[in-house]
Amino acid sequence: MEKKESKTLERVTIRFAGDSGDGMQLTGMRFTNTTALEGHELVTLPDYPAEIRAPAGTLFGVSGFQIQISSSEIHTPGDQPDVLVAMNPAALKVNLKLVSDNGILIINSDAFQGRNLALAGYETNPLEDDSLKRYQVFAVPITTLTRRALEGVKLSVKEKDRSKNFFALGMTFWLFTHPLEPTIEWIKEKFKNRPELVEANIKALNAGYNYALSTELFSTTYRVDKAKKAPGKYRNVTGNEALSIGFITAAKKAHKELFLGSYPITPASEILHELSKYRNYDVKTFQAEDEIAGIGAAIGASYAGALGITTTSGPGVALKSEFLGFAVMAELPLVVTNVQRGGPSTGLPTKTEQADLLQALYGRNGEAPMPIIAAKSPADCFSAALEASKIALMFSTPVFLLTDGYIANGSEPWLIPDVDSIPEIEVHYATDPDTFMPYKRDPKTLARMIALPGTPGFEHHIGGLEKDDTGDVAYDPDNHDRMVRLRAEKIERINQYVDQPEINGDPEGELLLISWGSTYGTVFTAIEEIRKRGKKVSWYHLRWIYPFPLSLEKYIHNFKNVLVPEINLGQLVKVIRDRYLVDAKGFNRVRGLPLNTHELVEAIENILQK
Amino acid sequence: MSQQDKVRPGKVQLTRDDFTSKSEPRWCPGCGDYAILAQMKKILPDMGIPRENIIFVSGIGCSSRFPYYMNTYGVHSIHGRAPTIATGIKLANPDLKVFVITGDGDGLSIGGNHFIHLCRRNVDITVILFNNRIYGLTKGQYSPTSLKGQITKSSPYGSLENPFNPILMALASGATFVARTIDRNPKHMIEVFKRAAMHKGTAFVEVYQNCVIFNDGAFADLTKPDTKSERALYMEQGKPYVFGNNRDKSLRWSSNHFEVVPYDENNPDKELMVHDEHSLNPTLEFGLASLSDDPNFPTPLGIFRDVAVDTYEGLLLKQIEFVKQKKGEGDLEKLFHSGNTFYIENK
Ligand code: SF4
Repeated sequence: MEKKESKTLERVTIRFAGDSGDGMQLTGMRFTNTTALEGHELVTLPDYPAEIRAPAGTLFGVSGFQIQISSSEIHTPGDQPDVLVAMNPAALKVNLKLVSDNGILIINSDAFQGRNLALAGYETNPLEDDSLKRYQVFAVPITTLTRRALEGVKLSVKEKDRSKNFFALGMTFWLFTHPLEPTIEWIKEKFKNRPELVEANIKALNAGYNYALSTELFSTTYRVDKAKKAPGKYRNVTGNEALSIGFITAAKKAHKELFLGSYPITPASEILHELSKYRNYDVKTFQAEDEIAGIGAAIGASYAGALGITTTSGPGVALKSEFLGFAVMAELPLVVTNVQRGGPSTGLPTKTEQADLLQALYGRNGEAPMPIIAAKSPADCFSAALEASKIALMFSTPVFLLTDGYIANGSEPWLIPDVDSIPEIEVHYATDPDTFMPYKRDPKTLARMIALPGTPGFEHHIGGLEKDDTGDVAYDPDNHDRMVRLRAEKIERINQYVDQPEINGDPEGELLLISWGSTYGTVFTAIEEIRKRGKKVSWYHLRWIYPFPLSLEKYIHNFKNVLVPEINLGQLVKVIRDRYLVDAKGFNRVRGLPLNTHELVEAIENILQK
Repeated sequence: MSQQDKVRPGKVQLTRDDFTSKSEPRWCPGCGDYAILAQMKKILPDMGIPRENIIFVSGIGCSSRFPYYMNTYGVHSIHGRAPTIATGIKLANPDLKVFVITGDGDGLSIGGNHFIHLCRRNVDITVILFNNRIYGLTKGQYSPTSLKGQITKSSPYGSLENPFNPILMALASGATFVARTIDRNPKHMIEVFKRAAMHKGTAFVEVYQNCVIFNDGAFADLTKPDTKSERALYMEQGKPYVFGNNRDKSLRWSSNHFEVVPYDENNPDKELMVHDEHSLNPTLEFGLASLSDDPNFPTPLGIFRDVAVDTYEGLLLKQIEFVKQKKGEGDLEKLFHSGNTFYIENK
């Protein structure tokens, strides 16, 4: 037997894959939880099918959860898993092409027979031919071993088999020298009403760990050192969680109730679920009859004095667009979150994409400018929600907040801020009924005057028809021209109140990368790699996309090449070409997945070598 | 500080004029909408609601210009969506008195979905639906309440569609107050409006409204001196359903349908059924509503249903209180530090 050694890795990527009924999301989350407690940097990527329970054993029923852990700064869930846990042949088939050379495959060999092989399209058993020889294969009869470990537990065989994911988790914990205790505590709490499940899952977890230990299955164990992050208290959050916390915080800081009007839609529903828990924070959630009613109610609540928000994904935005125009016209504060998914139409509900940018910019009738802010990572959703709310209230305007399926479901550690360090959001109301006019504007921000219903002396009308300053309907051509320009100018002025992005790298040179939203992580990693190779590239990442930041103007003409990586066919790049008349090029993949770092590195190299 | 904290003492007794806005109504001369506006202004001063707490929300259509003519808060929104905005307003500030003004096209066609869900939730909102059985603002197409065969601009050979009966829709959707009145009977309208406005929960009032331009006389039978007694049935709480030129007819429920029976005012049949708005079982209300437009029966006007059921916003506030008691008042510090937290120490 080989001598066992322990290797320290800077970063490693692990992927759990199985049938959608195998509990892979749960397994991944538990692994993530322990990783977080160990103080590692981490980024996760859940990747699951749209079907709730796809037929067992099929390729399209494979559910995956990927996590990259690291002792240094990371921003992506990793391109290539170094370790793949495959619970059945379909999971192996779907994911093998991703795994790095010489990567570790932990395989449930019990599942590799008969029908399962056929369903996955294997003619021969890959464990028995030499098709896996590029990898380190650990074929373990996980089902059999789990059943054996659970002998005596009062559960049916079928129920016992459900614990096999904990067996697999136990093995990976051993492999990465992770402790079991946090998971044991979690199991006790989670299944406290089913003592037999507590027993079964803990036994399976221990059995997996002990199996790896006592059989000396793996010749090596791995360690990842604690991350050198800023010291402090962290919380592992998904984007949807961070967003919810951000909105609650914004409402509290503005001394308003939070009102969410929403209709269930993947991948935004978790925000509705999350916010529904916080009734004691004066959060009023309203599950509307449709997307339109969701935004309508949010607008009504905003008009009546709450912080009104609505959450959805692309198809929902399409339905809401008439109301968006209304909110622009009535000049009411509102935050519309679009957790983008693959489109068009129903598209790829559980996959990620950045293809709704042009919809957010232009998807309304008439000249209907709406500010757009995009979150760059799961934890960043917190501050994006806070900032979007602040601007909505300050400028009395609907604001688009774009995230996507990847950062909504993915997670990373969030450095918990000090509550008192977050500034209050000041909201101004009209104070003098004698001079009050609903469309009289603040001379600095151009925000219109707000008076809440219930305030005596300020009775007035708002609506979707064009108005003059007094709030009366006005069809006068000059008035319309003036109002159209004022509404546009108001949004431009937001630039004076938000941070301008700074360039990362030299202010001039061969290549400038421009990105927005969730590609932040990939671009960060790609640039790190390019610079390691001793080459130069500069980077500009947008937070607000509309109004378009002014600081880009200073740099964009100083570069020979401009490359805009996006998960679409080139949307921001159109805006940039239009604005600056530069020959910016796109780097585009629309595969429902985050961009691949290696591919981007290659694209950058190609430009630099020219 | 929110504006509501600085309430000024309001005027003690308001008048009709206090509710008249500066905007001159722009409906066609003779339009039934004027009567509705006038009666609304008459009832509001006596409701005991401060003017600043009253809000009119409308969609799109002739009727939906209504909020501009009321000197209260008002939202003229988009087509069909007034119930959604109104719901948000009421949930955010339950102290407000919220009216939805809509029409047959706005409320039952493009906004049909919102209408039924508003009724189902029983949000405390008063819905006034002006039913003129035509699209007026877009100049005369058939609407979802137009009669089958009706000749309109978009149905020159007659409409092929079966009309909705708005009262049946409201009843079926669970509205807790359902009534019908007519523009040419202001006295009746006042009584119905008052009751509707006072009701706690979704109150639905269908107003038969004459469009002089595109569907003139649609409800004339119900108000013309020579036909009204035979064609209109005014329902009264606790009273039998009496109608007819000589008040000599009444209605009886016979196994599975209504039938017309003779009625003698001086010697009323003790067994004769009487109207009960408060019945929780809506079977008879459905039956009555179904008589509308039936040539063999009079069309019922008045209050079909008025029952007390918890309002949505009432339940929401209760739930908030309940969760606060159970979990304590929300505290950002606690919120931030819940979930999966861990420390990274200074090295
Ligand atoms: S078109 Fe008909 S409903 Fe509209 S204002 Fe004129 S008369 Fe009234």
